[in-house]
Amino acid sequence: MPEFRTVQCVVNDEPREAEIEPRLLLVHFIREVLGLTGTHLGCDTTSCGACTVLFDGLPVKSCTVLGVQADGHDIVTVEGLGSPSELSPVQEGFHEEHGLQCGFCTPGMMLTATGFLEENPNPTEEEIRWALSGNNCRCTGYMNIVKAVQWAAKKMATSGISARGARG
Amino acid sequence: MALDEIQIGGLGARRKRVEDARFIRGKGNYIDDFKLPGMLHMETLRSPIAHARITSIDTSKAWMTPGVHMVITGDMAAQHNLAWMPTLSYDTQAVLATDKVRFQGQEICCVVADDPYIAKDACEVIVVEYDPLPPIVNPKQALAPGAPIIRDDKAGQTNNICYTWEVGDKENTERVFADESMQVVSQDIFYPRTHPCPIENMAIISDYNSATGKLTIYLTTQAPHIIRTAVALVAELPEHMIRVIAPDLGGGFGNKVPVYPSYVIAILASILLTRPVKWIEDKTGNLISTGYARDMYFHCDAAIRKDGKIQAVRVHADTDNGGFFSDAQPTKFKIGLFHSIFGCYDVPYGYLTAQGHYTNKAPGGVAYRCSFRITESMFFQERFMQTCAYEIGMDQAEFRRVNFIREFPHRTTFGFLVDSGDYDKCLDLALDKIDYDGFKARQDAARKQGRLLGLGLSCMSEPLGAGNSREYDIIGIKMFDSAELRVHPSGKAVLKIGSKTQGQGHETTFAQIVTHELGIPADDILVQHGDTDNTPFGMGTYASRSTPTAGAATAMVARKVRAKAKKLAAHLLEVSEEDVEWELGRFYVRSAPNRGVTITDCAFAAYTNMPDGLEPGLENNAYYDPPNMTWPFDVYVTTVEVDPETGEWDVLKFVGVDDCGVRINPMIVEGQLHGGLAEAFAMAYHQMITFDSQGNCIGSNYMDYMIPTAWETPHFELYEVVTPSPHHPIGCKGIGECGCVGGPAAFVNAVVDAVAHLGVRNIDMPCLSSRVWEAIKYKKDVSGTPPLPGQ
Ligand code: FES
Ligand code: FES
Repeated sequence: MPEFRTVQCVVNDEPREAEIEPRLLLVHFIREVLGLTGTHLGCDTTSCGACTVLFDGLPVKSCTVLGVQADGHDIVTVEGLGSPSELSPVQEGFHEEHGLQCGFCTPGMMLTATGFLEENPNPTEEEIRWALSGNNCRCTGYMNIVKAVQWAAKKMATSGISARGARG
Repeated sequence: MALDEIQIGGLGARRKRVEDARFIRGKGNYIDDFKLPGMLHMETLRSPIAHARITSIDTSKAWMTPGVHMVITGDMAAQHNLAWMPTLSYDTQAVLATDKVRFQGQEICCVVADDPYIAKDACEVIVVEYDPLPPIVNPKQALAPGAPIIRDDKAGQTNNICYTWEVGDKENTERVFADESMQVVSQDIFYPRTHPCPIENMAIISDYNSATGKLTIYLTTQAPHIIRTAVALVAELPEHMIRVIAPDLGGGFGNKVPVYPSYVIAILASILLTRPVKWIEDKTGNLISTGYARDMYFHCDAAIRKDGKIQAVRVHADTDNGGFFSDAQPTKFKIGLFHSIFGCYDVPYGYLTAQGHYTNKAPGGVAYRCSFRITESMFFQERFMQTCAYEIGMDQAEFRRVNFIREFPHRTTFGFLVDSGDYDKCLDLALDKIDYDGFKARQDAARKQGRLLGLGLSCMSEPLGAGNSREYDIIGIKMFDSAELRVHPSGKAVLKIGSKTQGQGHETTFAQIVTHELGIPADDILVQHGDTDNTPFGMGTYASRSTPTAGAATAMVARKVRAKAKKLAAHLLEVSEEDVEWELGRFYVRSAPNRGVTITDCAFAAYTNMPDGLEPGLENNAYYDPPNMTWPFDVYVTTVEVDPETGEWDVLKFVGVDDCGVRINPMIVEGQLHGGLAEAFAMAYHQMITFDSQGNCIGSNYMDYMIPTAWETPHFELYEVVTPSPHHPIGCKGIGECGCVGGPAAFVNAVVDAVAHLGVRNIDMPCLSSRVWEAIKYKKDVSGTPPLPGQ
């Protein structure tokens, strides 16, 4: 039998603990063990970004991190954006600007955008395109994704709400 | 007062998508998100080599791996008559290899285990011994004397040809070519193999309930109803006991139309083990084994009159079909609707021949964001039109204009009936927006400074929305589509359709059609799709057919419901039906317009207060068999700058003018165009799958098969022209694929135009900087066809 390790981390502001195989990928830990299926898996080569989560606030591709490496760290997934009653500016922007079609890339795309806007709340289009260049979308042609991020930046500026949304 | 249609989300409203609510919260329902009690996991072992006889398969260690429940080989599948399966082109395809492997990535065994990691471990310890055979990686090799017969399993197959096909008027075409006053232009172009690769890979959960005998299949499919029928026929299971559920799909683009071997084995395993079995494909598996597209060699000659009018065309296409002829296409046609080529031009005579070839590559020939090989035909058409204009010394736009169809309906040289369009209006608008008239001067001035500018134009009308049923069927099932509408007592409605969204937004737009017909606010209409137990039989979503077929059925069923509501209205208003008039959402008495009842009143009456003799309830269904395809027309024009030192190129400006008839939801139409154009750019720019001489797939993951990101993808500036379809009930035409079909030629034409003064007429896609550099350096065409041994 494989040996198990204990992982303690904070996911979407909640402390979580589990016994997992050391080889288990973070994306599988999130999806299968924690049951948060909003984080997707698209490729085997750290290319598509469908699995992007915030790892201590930074966008990270969770298919290329082991679950045990999350021990002691803070993770935010799509389920941690916004609140039950209110969408985050980024979520709202994607809806308002038709920034998604099949929706498969969307969680990863939104988390990259969220991490980016926290760093750079007033970006140029070029900066947005560069920031998103680790995330593939096969449906939208990116035009409306860029607009969605611009929409979110504007909303953040006018409302004072963070990219991740009002907490609580 | 009639309702404000835009306000209630009817035709033409830029209605925000209802699907978004779940996706932006991470609450989508993709197959990998489902967990059924007792579910097992399957992994597929694939061949690492392209062509070999299998001498032995030793699965004993896999069976002994703790947590493994079953290892299925081709021999085991054969015991259930499932080692082979039929394809959509009336060929056969190996489910699991028994005799030999015919392409790299072919399925050999499947392991079912407690979790996917264990199933992968067990695949690692299966030992397969191969006796290698010479691999064949292109049609020329396939035809070479002494080439091994790839399909030696087929009785009577003595070569590597899988089909031949012809259409047109050979005699008259030859007669025109014999006329010496004609200028003849010829060209060879290669459309490389490309792969749709949606971000979500293939997936299935097969759940066989031994107590009830019901088989429930959760599947990444664009066509759940066809799959149900196919499973019933192939696996000899009763069709009413099969339920296919296609939940949220992470893109499709044609890749999710075929039946794949691992689906078949997952179904078999769930029946044998009487437990749910889940299989989730990985990206490499997706790229090396599932439906690829294109891989076509094109030759064309045109006989052109002095005034620029094309008088005849001679077309030949060779396709590389891989190890099994499994193109997804209507039965009658062996090379899809490739003969839609030159459809927007008035070409009196034409003759088209085609031949398909077995090679040691993955099978496919799927319609990648394309209506059955139309993408190839429109690309070649517009690349060739550019070459013809250069050769006869005529302006690009003028040459197209001289040859445009102007009278509708028009029977094309290869038999299609083009029924509508306003080509000049679209072209004028596009040329104006790109400043066509000023471009030549800018190009000349730039050249003087050593800079290379190019302009590429692409015009096309493609037949979208198969059927009609007389001509179009898939494995015998006619290509109609369907809708079922139920209005509840409170006036809220449920619409069920036979097509299936993969991101196109059916749940949003199909409600808008009902709103247009009945005045029920779109927010009060729930659209269901993708579950064969709960929706009427339909052919699914591909080939831009949903709006032309299921969309039409939706309008028709709403009209049936309205006809019944009118009877109820007459009853409520106490007048005869003839005295009742309709405006959006409301019936009223013709002589007293203030006296009226709403559609909601009628719905309530249908269950609470129906007149004597009228059946209760307010619901109906419609099966719609379109009389013709729909004919959108699109002009794409782009300018590029090529770096003469490196061959790198950048898009300066891109303009698209699309006439897809009436737009149900302009926001969604634009989104579809953006997506299609991005894929067009991808193919022209750097997205490439190729094979080495051993049949190894180069492009087997997203690092090698680079799909463009936000960084590379250009801006698309879009404009609209509207000529309604004359036969679609609300005047719509297909649009989902137009950008992907017409876009590639615009980009390549622009790159070639930038270097055309050097004598270059062709650079095969993708226009990699190395290829463009080679064209500049050596002042010659650059072929992308795979090299033959000894070259
Ligand atoms: S799944 Fe992680 S980058 Fe593709
Ligand atoms: S919305 Fe489908 S991949 Fe981005």
